Amino acid sequence: MNEQLDLTIGIESERYELFENPGYYFNFDRRDFIKAFGLGIVFIVPAARALAQQRGQGESGRGGSNERLPNDLGAWIHIDEDGGVTVFTGKVEVGQNTRTSLTQAVADELHVPIDSVHLVMGDTDLTPFDMGTFGSRSTPTMAPQLRKAAAAAREMLIAMAAEQLKVAPGDLRIVDARFLNHDKSKTLTLAEVAKGRKLVKVIPDDIAITQPKDWTIAGASARKVEAKNFVTGKHRYTSDIKREGMLYGKVVRPATFNATLVSVDTKAAEAMPGAKVVTDGNFIGVVAADQQTVTKAANAIAVDWKSPGQPSNAELFDLLRKTGTERRGGEGPRPQGSIVDVVNPPIGGGGSRPQGSIADGLVAADKKLEQTYTVQYIAHAPLEPRAAVAEWSGDQLTVWTGSQRPFGVRSELAEAFHISEDKVRVIVPDTGSGYGGKHTGECAVEAARLAKAAGKPVKLVWTREEEFTWAYFRPAGVIDIKSGVKNDGTLTAWEFHNYNSGAAGIQIKYDIPNTDIRVHQSNSPLRQGSYRGLAATANHFARESHIDELAHAVNIDPLEFRLKNIKDERLRDVLQAAAKSFGWGKAKPASGHGFGIACGFEKGGYIATCAEIAVEPPSDKEDKSNKRVRIVRVVEAFECGAVVNPLHLKNQIEGAITMAIGGALFESIQFENGKILNPHFASYRVPRFADSPAIEVVLVDRKDIPSAGAGETPIVGLAPAVANAIFNATGLRLRSLPLIPKGLTTG
Amino acid sequence: MAKVTSLNVNGKKMTVDVDSTVSLLAVLRNDLDLTGSKYGCGEGQCGACTVLLDGAATRSCITQVGRAAGKQITTIEGLEKDGKLHPLQDAFIKADAMQCAYCTSGMIMSASALLSKNPKPNREEIISGMNGNICRCGTYQRIVEAIQIASGTT
Repeated sequence: MNEQLDLTIGIESERYELFENPGYYFNFDRRDFIKAFGLGIVFIVPAARALAQQRGQGESGRGGSNERLPNDLGAWIHIDEDGGVTVFTGKVEVGQNTRTSLTQAVADELHVPIDSVHLVMGDTDLTPFDMGTFGSRSTPTMAPQLRKAAAAAREMLIAMAAEQLKVAPGDLRIVDARFLNHDKSKTLTLAEVAKGRKLVKVIPDDIAITQPKDWTIAGASARKVEAKNFVTGKHRYTSDIKREGMLYGKVVRPATFNATLVSVDTKAAEAMPGAKVVTDGNFIGVVAADQQTVTKAANAIAVDWKSPGQPSNAELFDLLRKTGTERRGGEGPRPQGSIVDVVNPPIGGGGSRPQGSIADGLVAADKKLEQTYTVQYIAHAPLEPRAAVAEWSGDQLTVWTGSQRPFGVRSELAEAFHISEDKVRVIVPDTGSGYGGKHTGECAVEAARLAKAAGKPVKLVWTREEEFTWAYFRPAGVIDIKSGVKNDGTLTAWEFHNYNSGAAGIQIKYDIPNTDIRVHQSNSPLRQGSYRGLAATANHFARESHIDELAHAVNIDPLEFRLKNIKDERLRDVLQAAAKSFGWGKAKPASGHGFGIACGFEKGGYIATCAEIAVEPPSDKEDKSNKRVRIVRVVEAFECGAVVNPLHLKNQIEGAITMAIGGALFESIQFENGKILNPHFASYRVPRFADSPAIEVVLVDRKDIPSAGAGETPIVGLAPAVANAIFNATGLRLRSLPLIPKGLTTG
Repeated sequence: MAKVTSLNVNGKKMTVDVDSTVSLLAVLRNDLDLTGSKYGCGEGQCGACTVLLDGAATRSCITQVGRAAGKQITTIEGLEKDGKLHPLQDAFIKADAMQCAYCTSGMIMSASALLSKNPKPNREEIISGMNGNICRCGTYQRIVEAIQIASGTT
């Protein structure tokens, strides 16, 4: 599967599903675990085994990658003298509640209460290497890895307890952090076993993990761990961190993208008491002891930028189509791991070999349809903007930052400052969301540059405008579909071209004998990169809108049409579950209301979404000729294997649906000549309370299927379901996302 | 420039030394280390910085600290009393009304102002009262539920 991938590769946003090996490993000898952890017992998982476990297969056989050092570490768990369990993982918490679900996995496997388990996450000095928290990989890969460590730890602890109690290990079990023999005549607590120990144990490889049907703590709802710290404001996000002597930083940005510096006059800023200006190549920044001074000083710097002419929204889709070059999976040059390549990866791959013949399929069709669908760039707009606190101690650098790739940011910092990675520590406090938007470390690099010049710790928090302008965007795209269908509803041909937005979710579950699915890589006028679900939203929007058009073309109910052409049982199950809860086929509550349905799969998750919309008169402030579309009700059925935490899964799905409303109805980055025209919440509308429909989530729990991640796929069904509902209500077929940035023009 | 030298925050008199034109949010976060109030946009559009001034929900990012002097300022840190969470804080945990939770302080402060004016709001009143606060993770349905739990209107 991933034999051809290079070890040094950066993130390819469309290849999450291919598991990449770490580029390097911690050396066990470098770390004195006992010293680091104090007394107790440390259980370690060798990295190679952990990776093999993640893949569910052996090594790939790629040159060199078999030769693991025996002491490479993939995970570790520490049991302290009080019986507290500390787990170390390179994953990060950005609101997806993986801290909770991974805690559940460890507690479940160790048979200890949830609140005795603490996770140390995303700290490059303390946690094992991890590629990053993206692609819905934490649940399918990290949870089994930690489970394996915990299961092995449990068995070894039982052996130790048996020795202490002088009973056979087979006579002991562990319940709620207590070891009990058969008649409970002999007991020991976890703390009593760990007391006075100073041990490092390497876990064996042949440990079985608990299957979902036997889960006790996982599989049940658990609230957010450490929730109290969040409702009291005590949790320290990166932007809340304060260091002794810390200064505040600000970067002076170019007036447009791709601008070059002509001249800069820093005299006025430098004359301000307490302000220090830092210039280095194209980089201009300021530090000061307080925010007010730093802002004033930055504003006082006069810069002349030279800017080339650049495209705008008006020419976007022509440009993407014109510059599109086809790229099939695995072909073409791969990006290297530089910053630019990480966020601007060639978005290709994932298309598939043509099946049958499109020409034959169209001949066999009674109805043919050719349509184009488009999606605009949208912004992640995480409520916590990018932030970093950087502190140098000699040539050692520590940076706190909100990132989904702590180890990637460490590499960026090491590269930027020409120091080795072991001199850089990146710590990611639980972060104010990411949605795929915080993969890069530019804010960390900027803060570190300022701190180096200042000789003091520096905090840099991007403004909302900076976040909207200098981060990266979900790719815009153009999708052309050509299809054929028989009057009885049998699909005969499916030709699909995606320009620029990417390959995620492009594969179909419809049984069509003749298919040709291609991805074309274009020159993106804006910096683009990952986003929750990435291209799966665009591809589902186009496909599920088109399927709806075909169903209407042959006068078949859209649900029936889908079921007729889908054999996959998992997809059929969610479709039927959503339709049933929604009341598909029942009468609409009022005129002006419409029902829409859509379905799909991506990253191991199966989804079906039903939406009810209402077309209403515009408000007083809005254009009188444009009506409003209100999403009244959404029912979404989701299946991602065994459910780990029903409460948080529902929360994720509700959140994904709500976030999807923005991209579906009104979110769109407006740009012109190298400038973002709407870099504020006042001009870039995101979903608010009043946009929020009644959401019903139907979970299909498959304990017989390993759990897949769920942070992304639930976002893909809403846009097509709503577009189809608008058609149902009005007869208007809208083929561009956002659907109604200025309201619905009904003619 | 006029200076502000003292503020009433969470029932305590706090000494500061800041220009009156600095934002209240910056003073709370940087000078008083009360970092529960968040910067989300700096333009009063997202509500993450919401605090109470004499009981009224106020966007501290666009409020000059001079306007807060002499008033009772309540931040998220001031809601917990004697180690006991405010009913809204309890309700947010109970309803799991957060994901990344960056908006949570502002949500709770806006909700507390709403409930002090209208102790039993209906769903529409909650939505219109809270519409100035953004939750990018999209937990609105749960936040409404949390406010209903706290106000006993479920």
